[in-house]
Amino acid sequence: MNNEQHTNKQSFEQCVKCTICTVYCPVAAANPDYPGPKQAGPDLERYRLKNPRFYDDTLDLCLNCKRCEVACPSNVKIGDIILSARLKYSAKRPKLREYILANTDVMGSMATTFAPLVNASLKLPAVKNIMDRTLAIDHHRTMPTYSSQRFEAWFKQHAQAKQENFDRSVSYFHGCYVNYNHPKQGKDLVKILNAIGYGVHLLDKEKCCGVALISNKMEAQARRQAKVNINSIRRSVAAGRPVLTTSSTCTFTMRDEYPHVLGVDNADVREQIVLATKFIFEAVDAGRVKLAFREDYRKRIAYHTPCHMEKLGWSIYSTSLLRMIPGVEFMMLDSLCCGIAGTYGFKRENYPYSQKIGEPLFRQIKSLGVDLVATDCETCKWQIEMSTGVTVENPISILADALDVEQTMKLNK
Amino acid sequence: MSGLVTGIAAADAGQRCLIISAGQSALHFFSGSFELYGCEGNPLEAIAGVGKEHPYSKLGVERIQRLAEEVPAFFGKMNISLVGNPTRNHYRITPLGVLKPAWLTMDEYARVEDVSQMPWKRVAICDIEGFLDFQPDFLASGCAERGVESTVIPISLPELERLRNNPTEMRATNIAKELTGDTLHRLAQKINQASGDVDAVLMPTVVGLLDAAAVEELKKQVDKPLHFVATMPPSVPGIRTQITLRKRFQELGGVYMLGDTVQSGTIVDGRLQSIRTANHGEVEFEADNFVLATGSFFSHGIVASSERVYEPILGLDIDASDERSEWYKRNLFEAQPYMTFGVATDSDFRVSHKGQTLSNVYAVGAVLSGCNPIKEGCGAGVAILTSLHVAQKITRK
Ligand SMILES: Cc1cc2nc3c(=O)[nH]c(=O)nc-3n(C[C@H](O)[C@H](O)[C@H](O)COP(=O)(O)OP(=O)(O)OC[C@H]3O[C@@H](n4cnc5c(N)ncnc54)[C@H](O)[C@@H]3O)c2cc1C
Ligand code: SF4
Ligand code: SF4
Repeated sequence: MNNEQHTNKQSFEQCVKCTICTVYCPVAAANPDYPGPKQAGPDLERYRLKNPRFYDDTLDLCLNCKRCEVACPSNVKIGDIILSARLKYSAKRPKLREYILANTDVMGSMATTFAPLVNASLKLPAVKNIMDRTLAIDHHRTMPTYSSQRFEAWFKQHAQAKQENFDRSVSYFHGCYVNYNHPKQGKDLVKILNAIGYGVHLLDKEKCCGVALISNKMEAQARRQAKVNINSIRRSVAAGRPVLTTSSTCTFTMRDEYPHVLGVDNADVREQIVLATKFIFEAVDAGRVKLAFREDYRKRIAYHTPCHMEKLGWSIYSTSLLRMIPGVEFMMLDSLCCGIAGTYGFKRENYPYSQKIGEPLFRQIKSLGVDLVATDCETCKWQIEMSTGVTVENPISILADALDVEQTMKLNK
Repeated sequence: MSGLVTGIAAADAGQRCLIISAGQSALHFFSGSFELYGCEGNPLEAIAGVGKEHPYSKLGVERIQRLAEEVPAFFGKMNISLVGNPTRNHYRITPLGVLKPAWLTMDEYARVEDVSQMPWKRVAICDIEGFLDFQPDFLASGCAERGVESTVIPISLPELERLRNNPTEMRATNIAKELTGDTLHRLAQKINQASGDVDAVLMPTVVGLLDAAAVEELKKQVDKPLHFVATMPPSVPGIRTQITLRKRFQELGGVYMLGDTVQSGTIVDGRLQSIRTANHGEVEFEADNFVLATGSFFSHGIVASSERVYEPILGLDIDASDERSEWYKRNLFEAQPYMTFGVATDSDFRVSHKGQTLSNVYAVGAVLSGCNPIKEGCGAGVAILTSLHVAQKITRK
């Protein structure tokens, strides 16, 4: 599907001006300067098509959370319209800060090489103040920490060889966060999949999914990376391996933003790009695999639905898996935006709104007295940990901790 | 709304339920009142006279009365307090100041029991400056026609001035987001200073978006009795009701999937076996029973192309005329035939496919054929009562 057709020509004319989208927009609720999805999307698109001068820089305030699209009864692709308008009409070009925040993989490879040094310096107030003044990266932010060994390096050294021993196999798109910041999450996935009888492979070539490039208007680079990823995914699918992920945002970007915003066709493989929790849940539900859990695992866990998970509609898979763990006391948080939206909340001009948007969610989390918050998105994790002090884990890591590996292996022999 | 009412009633009776909804519902246009049948006096008497194709005829007057009497308690469990009686309509006040018959009205709204006897002699009407979805002048002249004197009190607050930067966003919902805490307190002070010697203060429904706390608070802080009057959409109390219903459904163990569209289903031997949705691709959702609550044309529960009217998910049998020329009446104000189009059902509200009744698929609410909600003023009544009925039917199966 061509991006022009999808966003501009077809869908904005479906708008019946009911303003329901504006009710559910987290930015319109927190920042009176933002025109809101109805106006920024379908209303102004009509004018922009006549004259691009109607483009307005306040569109940069949109988080691209797509909550407006989920709420719209007329199926208007409001978020896509706004994002495409930003890419097409904005005269503001990315600056050094945008390059730094958006190139998560380049930054990641530099940082992992010097991890202890970088982690220590990102915590220093002086460094934070310099970043604030020179780069307008807000000094209140807790910066993500970097791991000293990348996931890919660990995988090649410790895991790759034995993956050939399995009859069934999948590919894993680990994403930048697992590779540079939190390899444990990837290791956890390998542990689970191996226990239930699946071998894990990496893609021939994996590039950052490009979500941050898109939101920072580096469209050409995003498109190049998207093509590399989709080609690798095609080869994997041809070899009979679906592609699993552990980040809702990478998943959503590769499935939906590639065709809708970047115009990169993925129709032949889209259904094969799935979140690992969905893949595992379906296998358990269909009786193809069985899970056994440790008896001593006890935790009170609340699940937070990331915006892109809401859009995918897939939180049911992650939460169903968590509910299967006998020692888990499960709670569902209200589906609200946490306010970070990837690199958005790192920018100084957005920081206060970012925190204001997340406030109701933080309040609910603090009131529940849980051991852990579970969520499928890494930037939600940073935001919630920084703002509530509660530890946040990916459902895959929770599952891996609670799993009785030996028993599970026996069940799936 | 039909989907949530069915889901809550069934989940409360111990059924495991999943709701898949493509988007928000007609509740976002909610006037504050539910209508059973829009007539003077006793709606049940009017209902006794509807045609046999009408959903009400399938329920029967006795059952309608019994179910209707359960409705206030059903909503009361969620702290939505509704006032009214199925055997005698009262009146609600529209945003244009007109009185319309109603069955149940939310407690916070202004309500008139008897047209010939207005409950007030003098009222103050709040006018939020810059807010165009509520026209105090219309309301004032509506009051004057019925012998009620009114004064309009203009209200401006700095928090709301900021919203005016963007006139199209000066909507009820955005105002309600601002009117909490200290801002609400200052609003109450302004009302108290300006209202003077009146019997009541009338105020547009711009308070209490996520819960009713702000409504209660404002009523406490305003010295005179405070009543709300509906605005043009979006409806703040409607959205609050939607959120409350969804919460209740989830608390009862129901799973609610918003923003997904049911696309197709597999019918085997007169039963619907499973359905598929846009978000879940090849995953098949199976269930013992399915309820179709997809609404009418507006929400795409039924669709009209240039040559036919159809039900888009399963291609169910439809009650509609094949002749396009018979869809409309030239006079816009006449009852429009297309408004009565909808899916065909048997006396138990089960749908049919190619002439064969599906034993486990029911239809409820606006997707049903045989009634004209706008002309008859029966939309909410049909939606709520058919939903409760089908939920009870499934539970007892
Ligand atoms: C604009 C408007 C205002 C009204 N105001 C009032 C009022 O103030 N008082 C009153 O008494 N009555 C009112 N009515 C009438 C009455 O309330 C409605 O008819 C009633 O709410 C119908 O409810 P429903 O649930 O059957 O349909 P709807 O409320 O239309 O809901 C249908 C739902 O189904 C979803 N859906 C449709 N297709 C699919 C699919 N394929 N997959 C998944 N989901 C799908 C839609 O997204 C929607 O959420 C109004 C009706 C309209 C249209
Ligand atoms: S919710 Fe959809 S139809 Fe309603 S105003 Fe927004 S874009 Fe338009
Ligand atoms: S994508 Fe999110 S932030 Fe942007 S307009 Fe829609 S709801 Fe608002």
